Amino acid sequence: MKILVTIKQVASLDEDFELRDDGRDVEADFHVFDLNEWDHYALEEAMRLKEGAQDAGVEVVVATVGPDSADEELRKCLAKGADRAIRIWSDDLEGADPVGIARVLAALARKEAPDMIFAGVQASDHAYGATGMALAGLLDWPHAAVVAGLDYSPGSLCATARRELEGGAYATVKVQTPAVLTLQLGINTPRYASLRGIKQAATRPIETFSPADLGVPADETGAAGSLSRVRRVYVPEVGRAQMIDGTPAEQAARLASLIKEFRGEA
Amino acid sequence: MRGILVLVEHRQGQLRPVSLEVLGAAVQAKEASGERLTAAVLGASPGTFTEALQLAGVDEIVTVQTASDAFDPDTYEAVARALIQDRAPSLVLLPHTIDTLGYAAPLAAKGNHGFTTDAFGLSRDGDAWLATRSGYGQKVNMEIEFPGRATVVVTLRPGSFKAPEAGGTAALTSFAAPPVTERSTHIEFEEPAASGDVDIPGADFILSVGRGIGEETHVEQFKELADAVGATLGCSRPIADSGWLPKAHQVGQSGKTAANCKVYIAMGISGSVQHMAGMKHVENIIAVNTDPEASIFTIAKYGIVGDIFEIGEELRNHF
Repeated sequence: MKILVTIKQVASLDEDFELRDDGRDVEADFHVFDLNEWDHYALEEAMRLKEGAQDAGVEVVVATVGPDSADEELRKCLAKGADRAIRIWSDDLEGADPVGIARVLAALARKEAPDMIFAGVQASDHAYGATGMALAGLLDWPHAAVVAGLDYSPGSLCATARRELEGGAYATVKVQTPAVLTLQLGINTPRYASLRGIKQAATRPIETFSPADLGVPADETGAAGSLSRVRRVYVPEVGRAQMIDGTPAEQAARLASLIKEFRGEA
Repeated sequence: MRGILVLVEHRQGQLRPVSLEVLGAAVQAKEASGERLTAAVLGASPGTFTEALQLAGVDEIVTVQTASDAFDPDTYEAVARALIQDRAPSLVLLPHTIDTLGYAAPLAAKGNHGFTTDAFGLSRDGDAWLATRSGYGQKVNMEIEFPGRATVVVTLRPGSFKAPEAGGTAALTSFAAPPVTERSTHIEFEEPAASGDVDIPGADFILSVGRGIGEETHVEQFKELADAVGATLGCSRPIADSGWLPKAHQVGQSGKTAANCKVYIAMGISGSVQHMAGMKHVENIIAVNTDPEASIFTIAKYGIVGDIFEIGEELRNHF
């Protein structure tokens, strides 16, 4: 019994970032990396299933598509208790869009043959909300998106997923397994890695593959296997609040007068 | 002359308003390209929705009879695929919603269609479509192109386009649903949790707290602050997810929309797309945040860069 958890190293931007010369991305020097927020929840759900079904012997495998720097995020997952970590990369993957990434993950999934795949609903940097479900499509597996509650016993033939809808509503669906589920924030409370876990993770191996190793043909790798291309990135003109300056007391006084104005008291 | 195809969404008998916004975007796309606009609606009795889809600019309304009204990703994907095969549209527009998240990517990936998501802008370059979306937590815009793709599938961000005027004269046609083996079964809907005494949609003054409050023990002081200034206490997603406040307080896409709010004070909320979906329309937004780069300042009328605890404490002195 195996659960594959796909993760992403996301980038946020340093202040005063600059665009790359070709105008198609931000200069990499200004990237600040982290593990995607959603992935903490996806991993936690896999860990809960592992711990809840000790007899079944659940193996939790985390995988990512990314350059060397992404090892750091895989180690965070190992530190939390993942059994194995896999990273796939080649320079051809530069410029891959979510579907280009999903093609590589699909090849890995065919090799690993997990019983269940968890992904985050979206990534906190570009928020496509596409990779996990594209993976489901490429594998032709049953799937459900935005799962905020899961009832599943490892090995069973179906899972009950509570999908979070707009406006505070939910829909419960029964999904055949193996399935790809994208998991939503709040589905559980992610654990923190223990110091001991962090120490051990530093020396654990990370398995690395190229897309070619996994049998992804060159004409499906990276930009060639993508369904979109970034033509240009630019900093939009955005609105800017009228800033209330001064000491906290002065700022609060102005805020108070705005409130009183609204309440018709001033 | 190719075509623009829109698949609309409905839930529990109600057409989802965002579907009309997508039709608004499609009407603009039609004006830019001269292509014919088709709206497709599928369900157990799709005919009940056709009247609401008679909007200015819609050329054709296609009904597709399926087994159930409840959303199923396999069904929506199969119907969309069959319609694309039949009509060969240049552009397929879908709302960027929870349901669409479940089938748009598999549809595009299997069909090798051009594809991007959460776009808030759509334009034409010669005979190619371009979409604009944000990147890096809304710090930049990304212009997306789809070289060599005959059909492009784009999901559109709710709240970005206006619904068309009423009064269309679209032709009504029906389309036979392809056979589908559903691999998931809808069991039930769950209504939003009872709100008790919290009425976010009805409140005219909301003071909302976010991750910036740090710890659960700090919730109480902001409850008191909201009471003191006469505001309804709202919150962003992480606060509700942590169980620090009931979900009924949550403002945003998966929470409530501050529909009648005139003044919204956001304290320690950075301003994710999902949070903004529930409050960006409010006329008077005042944001208090230590991070001057927080997205919330791009939609706020007034901004205070400062510590929410200090500001909160000082504010109490005035009430």
